[in-house]
Order: sequence, then structure tokens, then C-alpha cells
Amino acid sequence: MSINILVIAEFHRDSGFRKSVLEALGAARRLAAGAGGGEVSAVAAAEKVGDSAADLAAYGADKVLLAERPEFAVYSPGGFAAAAAAAVKKVKPAVVLVPGTALGRDLTPRLSARLGAPAATDCVGLEQDGDRIVAVRPAYTGKVQMRVGFKGSPAIICLRPNVFLPEKEDRSRSAETVSLGLELTEKDLALRITGTEKQVSDRPDVAEADLIISGGRGMREPEGFRLLEELSSALGAGIGASRAAVDAGWRPHGDQVGQTGKSVSPSLYVACGISGAVQHLAGMIGSKCIVAINKDPEAPIFKVANYGIVGDVYQVLPALIEELKKG
Amino acid sequence: MNIIVFVKQVADTEARVQIAGDGTSIDTLDLNFILNPFDEFAVEEALRTAEKLGGEVTVISLGNESAAGVIRTALAMGADRGLLLKTGARCDDPLQVARALAAEIAGSGFDLAFFGKQAVGNDHGQVGILVAELIGVPGISMVSGLEVETGGIRGKREIEGGTESFECGLPAVVATQKGLNEPRYASLKGRMAAKKKTIEEKEVSLAEPLLEVESLNYPPQRERGRVLGEGAGAVPELVRCLREDAKVI
Repeated sequence: MSINILVIAEFHRDSGFRKSVLEALGAARRLAAGAGGGEVSAVAAAEKVGDSAADLAAYGADKVLLAERPEFAVYSPGGFAAAAAAAVKKVKPAVVLVPGTALGRDLTPRLSARLGAPAATDCVGLEQDGDRIVAVRPAYTGKVQMRVGFKGSPAIICLRPNVFLPEKEDRSRSAETVSLGLELTEKDLALRITGTEKQVSDRPDVAEADLIISGGRGMREPEGFRLLEELSSALGAGIGASRAAVDAGWRPHGDQVGQTGKSVSPSLYVACGISGAVQHLAGMIGSKCIVAINKDPEAPIFKVANYGIVGDVYQVLPALIEELKKG
Repeated sequence: MNIIVFVKQVADTEARVQIAGDGTSIDTLDLNFILNPFDEFAVEEALRTAEKLGGEVTVISLGNESAAGVIRTALAMGADRGLLLKTGARCDDPLQVARALAAEIAGSGFDLAFFGKQAVGNDHGQVGILVAELIGVPGISMVSGLEVETGGIRGKREIEGGTESFECGLPAVVATQKGLNEPRYASLKGRMAAKKKTIEEKEVSLAEPLLEVESLNYPPQRERGRVLGEGAGAVPELVRCLREDAKVI
């Protein structure tokens, strides 16, 4: 028995393939191994991928499908969906793995509609019984885990970032590279992305960061987040915020972690002045290691934290920044 | 403008969720249902658009009898008409739900259809874009800024660490993200007026789900960790734990 898998490989001119793509390739390789073999293909829609295609091979792709067009210098929702659908037609995968980035989450339903195939988002686990796949995803604010099965093919599975491990990089691997002929319709290009505005920051986005420093009402004022920024710079971490901090206008809502914000699964989540309302816990409970700093020893956040310090963030954080600088 | 806004009733986010006896659904008996928080932004944007450019706002929900409650909430905020697409079926598969919704509005001559970016609960976050793709019109997800003119729309959608600007013609489907607007509260007058507005009902049937819930389980409980101490004095031990035990920094 074997299984063919297609990975959607999001490519950026400046930064190459995203880490989540490498994670999806890793998940694909393990599914193929579990099924006793199979081909892992990756499809990239971009203006030009160039030598970076070798990265896909190094992380597990057997075949690379390229949809290179000048208009793909920016995201084209319809164009990228058409490219993904064309790749499905070509390699006939049983499973399509989509990295759960902003682009991947937008693309998933488009592909589902175009193929008439079932799709599951925010998946944190994959179970395999031969060629039958069950995906595990959190639901109801993480209060339950939902196991979903797929009738109809391919199974489109969008993976939460930071959950699945990439395979070890192997530069001796090579992949067959194929150019995807693509005919785009007027409808495919009807929605146009006309520009991108990024906050100038070298800090990783909270959705993809492997380390997150997060602040809540206990920061007491927006200036408090300067301490969090200092700490995050010391660690190379992303910054998150509770709903209270966002609603107070201290942080942009893109930073919000929790039920009406983002769900994250970093290696380390440091909750500073966050009490741990159930809606917040829902968004970060999948973190591998949780640290809580809060002056209320009864705060619910301590129930889920691996390590806690009872104390005022304005005393604990400067000491923590100092301690980290000691190296 | 002919404006549609789709709403969904969801379990109150504060609620304690219990898995039902069938092992694949939630016990709804003691649950309080509310308008999906992301749909509030959709209703608000629909109303603002109608106020600016003129037109009518129709609120549609798919679900059982009790979904009329959230339609009433949107009517109280100021929407003009309500439509309940009644089904006793489970609505677990976003594609089949979207097919039923798309069939309803495809030939309706709508200009704009609004959705919340996802319904809390199942959290699929797919239905708005599915509907757009199924009827072959532009659909934009994660919309955090919007300008509507008679010929088309432009706006911003949220991505990692920033936004993308977009533009397209009408008709179009917009899935709203937090930050787009501040939803209004229903006034007393609005609530009184809503009582007089009619909610049309229509039976619909959903096709067999392609995405099937096999089981719901409670997640493994996290073990309660250690409180290392109080104040700055506990910091060296924390750093040691993170470096040597958890090995995360």
C-alpha cells in the first residue's frame, strides 16, 4: 500500500519557503512511511522560485511542481487556488497538506470548493490506519478535541503551525521539478491583492513564533509592553496579548491569543499579568511549556503553567531580562 | 444595495461543554446560545453599508428552530428581514453547509454577502470563502478594513504581522475579522421593532457530509506545574528550569 501526498509550499521572495511548509513536508513524509511508501509532491505558486526549489527536496519532497507567473509576485487567492487544483489533478494525491498560515487558511476552503473535497482546518494531530486518515483538531475553545474522517478524496488537511516537526535537512536529496501549465480565468483573477503593509519588526508573528511572551491586564499600561518587547528581543520571541490588553488598545488585535484571537502552540509561552480566562487558555493550552507570572496566586493560569512565579510583573520581568543577559 | 449577512448561533463561550452520549456531539441541553461573536462585525458592516449607500439587509441563518433567536438579535441591531433555513441535520461539514447557503443566494441578485470569519465552536473558518467559490464570485477572508462603493470594494485583510490591501468588483463575499468595526448594541427601540419584523422560514436539506466527526474527546489535562517562588528571587530558578529541564531556551 502507498499514499501520494501533496504539500502546498508557500514561497516568499525575501524569505523563501516558510517554516510551516517544512513542517508539512515532515508530516507528509511520516504519513508516507506509515502507509508503506508513496510520493510526496510540493506545489509552489510564485513569480520565480529559482534555486530555492532544492529546499523542498532537502526537507522531503520527491517532486516539485512550479506555477511561476509574473502576477504571482503577490498572493492571488484565485490564481493560487487554480495552481493547487491543477497540481491535484496532476499527482492525484490522497491527502493535501496545507500549512496553517494566513495564506494556507485562505486557500483551504477555495481548494475544497474547487475539488468538491472535504477539508479540515487547524489540525494538531494525524492518525493513520493504512490509507485511512483521521485528523485531530481542537473545538469549543479547546474544551474538546474533534477527530474527523474524510469521505471523498483528496482529504484536505490544514495544519496548525509549530505542531508538526520538519524532517532533518538532507541536501543529498533531489526532486524532479515539473512546470505546471496553468490557464487562469478572469474569475480566478477577479480578486486582486494590491499591496502588503507589514509592521516593521524582525519579531516573528505570534501565530508562527516558537517562543511567545504574552501580556495581559496585569501589565497595567501600554508602556508595560516595552518590558515584554525587551524580553522578547532577548529571546527572539514573538509577542502575544490577552483580549483585555487588546481591548484596552495596548496591542494590535493581530497579537491577540485566545478564542477570538489566534490559537498558538509554541515551545514556550510566557504569560505575564494574564489571569487565564477560559477563552485565553483555549488559545495557548497547546503550548509545550507554559510560564506564568502573576501577582494573584489564585489566578487560573497557574493551573496550566509548568512553572509559575507569584509576583508583580514590574519586579519579575526586569530580573528575568537581567538573568537572561548573563547567558 | 442588496446585502445579505449570514449569522450562526453558537454556544456561549463561557459555557461548560459536555460531550453528549453519542460521543460525536455536544450536549446542548443546558447550553445558552448567543450570536457568534465574529458575526457581530458582519452584521455591523452590513448595516453601515446600507446606511451609507442605501439598500436592504437580509439576515440568514441555517439551523434548527432555535436559530431564529440570533436572527432576531440581528434584526434588533437594525437588519430589515430574516430568513431561517431550517434543517434538523447536523451541520458538521462546512462544504455541505456552504452548498446549501450558496444554492439559496446564487440567483438572488445580491451585491454583498457578509460572514463572520469563523463560528466559535467548530472553528472551521471556511464557510464564507466556500460560498464565494461555489457561486464564483470574489470572496475575501480576514477582512479588517472595508470601503464599499457602488461598483466595487477595496479594503484590508489581516495576515501575519500586517495587512494586505485588496480590491474587486461586486457581487462579493466578505468574511469579517475583529477590528473591522465596533458592533452596535441593539437599542430598546430596535428590539421593539424587531418583534414586528417577520422571519421567513424555509426547509432545506443538507447532502451527506464528506467531513465526518468520528469522535469528540476531552483533551488530556495538563499536569499542574510548580510555583517556583515569589518575586524576582525566583527568577534564577526559572531560567535554570527553562534551560536545563524544559530545554526551551
